[in-house]
Amino acid sequence: MNATAESYVTEDGRTIGAPVLEMKNITLKFGGVTAISDISFDIREGEIRAIIGPNGAGKSSMLNVINGFYHPQEGEIWFHGEKRAPMKPYQIAQQGIARTFQNIALFKGMSTLDNIMTGRFTHMKTNMFWQAVWKGPAEREENENRDIVEHVIDFLEIQAIRKTPVGRLPYGLQKRVELGRALAAQPKLLLLDEPMAGMNVEEKEDMSRFILDVNDEFGTTIALIEHDMGVVMDISDRVVVMDYGKKIGDGTPDEVRNNQDVIDAYLGVAHD
Amino acid sequence: MFYRESGDFKTSYAKDTQTFPIKLDRIGYYVILAIAFITIPVMLITDVGGGANYWTNAILLPFLIWAIAAIGLNILVGYCGQLSLGSGGFMAVGAYAAYKLMTSFPDLSIFFIVIISGAITAGVGILFGLPSLRIKGFYLAVATLAAQFFLVWLFNKVPWFYNNSASGQISAPTRSIFGFEITGATATPEAKYLFCLVLLIGVAWLARNLTRGRIGRSWMAIRDMDIAAEIIGVAPLRTKLSAFGVSSFFIGIAGALFFAVYLGAVEVGEAFNINKSFLLLFMVIIGGLGSIFGSIIGAAFMVLMPVLLKNIMVNQLNWPTDIAVHFEFAIVGALIIIFLILEPHGLAQLWRLLKEKLRLWPFPH
Ligand SMILES: Nc1ncnc2c1ncn2[C@@H]1O[C@H](COP(=O)(O)OP(=O)(O)OP(=O)(O)O)[C@@H](O)[C@H]1O
Ligand SMILES: [Mg+2]
Repeated sequence: MNATAESYVTEDGRTIGAPVLEMKNITLKFGGVTAISDISFDIREGEIRAIIGPNGAGKSSMLNVINGFYHPQEGEIWFHGEKRAPMKPYQIAQQGIARTFQNIALFKGMSTLDNIMTGRFTHMKTNMFWQAVWKGPAEREENENRDIVEHVIDFLEIQAIRKTPVGRLPYGLQKRVELGRALAAQPKLLLLDEPMAGMNVEEKEDMSRFILDVNDEFGTTIALIEHDMGVVMDISDRVVVMDYGKKIGDGTPDEVRNNQDVIDAYLGVAHD
Repeated sequence: MFYRESGDFKTSYAKDTQTFPIKLDRIGYYVILAIAFITIPVMLITDVGGGANYWTNAILLPFLIWAIAAIGLNILVGYCGQLSLGSGGFMAVGAYAAYKLMTSFPDLSIFFIVIISGAITAGVGILFGLPSLRIKGFYLAVATLAAQFFLVWLFNKVPWFYNNSASGQISAPTRSIFGFEITGATATPEAKYLFCLVLLIGVAWLARNLTRGRIGRSWMAIRDMDIAAEIIGVAPLRTKLSAFGVSSFFIGIAGALFFAVYLGAVEVGEAFNINKSFLLLFMVIIGGLGSIFGSIIGAAFMVLMPVLLKNIMVNQLNWPTDIAVHFEFAIVGALIIIFLILEPHGLAQLWRLLKEKLRLWPFPH
């Protein structure tokens, strides 16, 4: 595989397109700590891109840079072939980037349905007047978006907990609802920060299936951080490996697996 | 046995999200509306027992007006999670706006006076909401407290607000709607009552609509997890300011009514002091944070309880008035603590739980 080509074909025959997001020479510092040091990589249309690395490697920080929560001291971010100006996180959401968090960040006081409906926020436009009188555009918009949300609910098989306040749900289901909220936005790029952390084998299998199905059915480009090497090797097309804020590997799962730096710094330590 | 959703399967999203999904609730709602619009006005007009004035002034008007204000504060605190202690000050804005409008435009219908007063208060509320982007929780409460004191000071200090009257008070001239006097000395209890009732229903309806859709969810998202709200596309400042605006709009309406319809004459330091801010906050906490219905029962509770206690302790048991008042403080204080610790969703949640039990009765599973 040639990483600089305009497109490539995966082992399972999917065609991966041009870069959706390009990180160019990103450096992020917190005071004396360099969380990310001169890292470049891209995420391509339709691919499942994994970011791996030991604890504290800077993976979540990288997602926060993509999201606009952190502003890197150096480097450029290109989105759909254009250099992105510094933006607020909500503006980046409007551009079509959605995400889930390492520590669940659901709206605790709301039901599953309302959480996922909130994910539709950037697609809903009726103004306050119509919202206040409800009849007409507001109600129509609500119903149209409810349709899409119901599809997400069916897709994730969480019909039974539709009206349950999310605070009452077990951990695994909360993770699923959070994925639903991100999916509801119908993002161009979906960022998942350890979607399977703390799950049992069965839940991990479900989650892997959902991620693959999302990618397959909707063609959604996905970047995910994950510690479970088995899962990463299974579902991702290409993998970025980080260690102490540096990029130490980038390539297909096989390439990464056989990369000596990666074995030394990460795989060798984490496994065996 | 009969307390059930109309059918297990909802045939449309609209039915699924309706305000009263259970038939008995809908019937109850219509019964209350009938009592509110027919029985009570008839009683006030015929004045059986001669208590029309007492009932209107001691219970009906304060309840209706505080319920409007409580819905307003609940939007901000209960739905959007922004603590405010400036409600008294914002009510004063509504009151003084109404006074200036009444005296500047004598022909303007009282309805428009009240609505425009609300709109002006919304503007002031948005202004004082600006710091909310940077400060949260306790610190925001302190900032709104500053608004409270500043506004009261302003209305005391600048004679333009009270048209240079010698007493520094403002008093409401007679104004009407469709020929019925609503303000002034000669307005009838039933006219005042119905006017406030219609406004409460209007406000509750608007608030219910706003909280069920996109904007309401964005408020709750900010309340529950502002970081997650932002990555979904919710702009924090805009969202918080819209909550400040809507909240102040309702509180301003309540302030205008409190002055023009209920009290008739107002000295700002007395009518809209910090105690009013706390009273309103207590209504919202006891009634239920994040509930329109809770705001209304919270207001009813806080209006009725002192009247009830006074009747029992002073009139029946012949206790001195000051002891009764202390007793009232103690009860309210205890309730606030109990609700904050045990049931943050207040009376509305207790009501909901009771209904849940009823719906499953007699088979608990
Ligand atoms: N807001 C912050 N302020 C200061 N330091 C930070 C901040 N966020 C992250 N860091 C530091 O940056 C480094 C990378 O953290 P990050 O959370 O990105 O790691 P990670 O790869 O996601 O680790 P994990 O696998 O444990 O989630 C750590 O040393 C962390 O302490
Ligand atoms: Mg992390």
